[in-house]
Amino acid sequence: MTHDTKRFAAIIANLDAVSAFVEECADRFGLDAGKKFGVLLALEEVFVNICHYAYPDGAGDAKITCIDDNGLFVLEISDEGRPFDVLSRPDPDTTLDIEERPIGGLGIHLVRRLSDGASYQRQGGQNILRMEFKR
Amino acid sequence: MEIDIRKEAGATVATMKGRLDAVTAPEYESRINSVVEGGETLLVIDFERLDYISSAGLRGLLVTAKLLKAKQGKVRFANVRGAVKEVFDISGFGSIFQMDDSVAASLAALTDH
Repeated sequence: MTHDTKRFAAIIANLDAVSAFVEECADRFGLDAGKKFGVLLALEEVFVNICHYAYPDGAGDAKITCIDDNGLFVLEISDEGRPFDVLSRPDPDTTLDIEERPIGGLGIHLVRRLSDGASYQRQGGQNILRMEFKR
Repeated sequence: MEIDIRKEAGATVATMKGRLDAVTAPEYESRINSVVEGGETLLVIDFERLDYISSAGLRGLLVTAKLLKAKQGKVRFANVRGAVKEVFDISGFGSIFQMDDSVAASLAALTDH
């Protein structure tokens, strides 16, 4: 099992750098293009959520860890912001028409559907979201 | 991301290239929404060269559709394929938008009525 970790300031302008880091890990750990798309999309949704909501009173970081665990590619994203389990949010109703569709709420739905398992932990003052992707 | 906007057959065709994500969605929204606010009611969005979309991008598309609907306008999406199509399907967008296999087919469907 190998892993790689990097910290980034939680600002939207860092999305390209965060994506480049995870993409490089995914390539190094031998993930195919289809799976990599799902990993990068889940990454964006969680990172952007942290940028928007984790630090209402100021600046903070997001720590990104990629783990190569035999059959699994694991993406772990943590922040030191206010306690928040993003997985506790209900799924949006994806059957509504244009007028009724609320703007937003889709990000976590995408994370749930694209990963093969997601779990949340609050530990040592951190929100830790772990997402597993089968190869 | 790059957006190319042109008039064609009585409608506006917007061709997107690259990534429609949290960084680029604000630019998409300001460019497309200014077209709609400028009075355009027939819009085709061409996805052929778009290779990534996230919920921020989907949100932008939904805003465009809502704006157009309020003005009795119409939008059709051309060439939604591959991974982008998968994101549409997962989010239910595949069934709320009108999709076509080519820009020509979208234009024909918009201007036929």
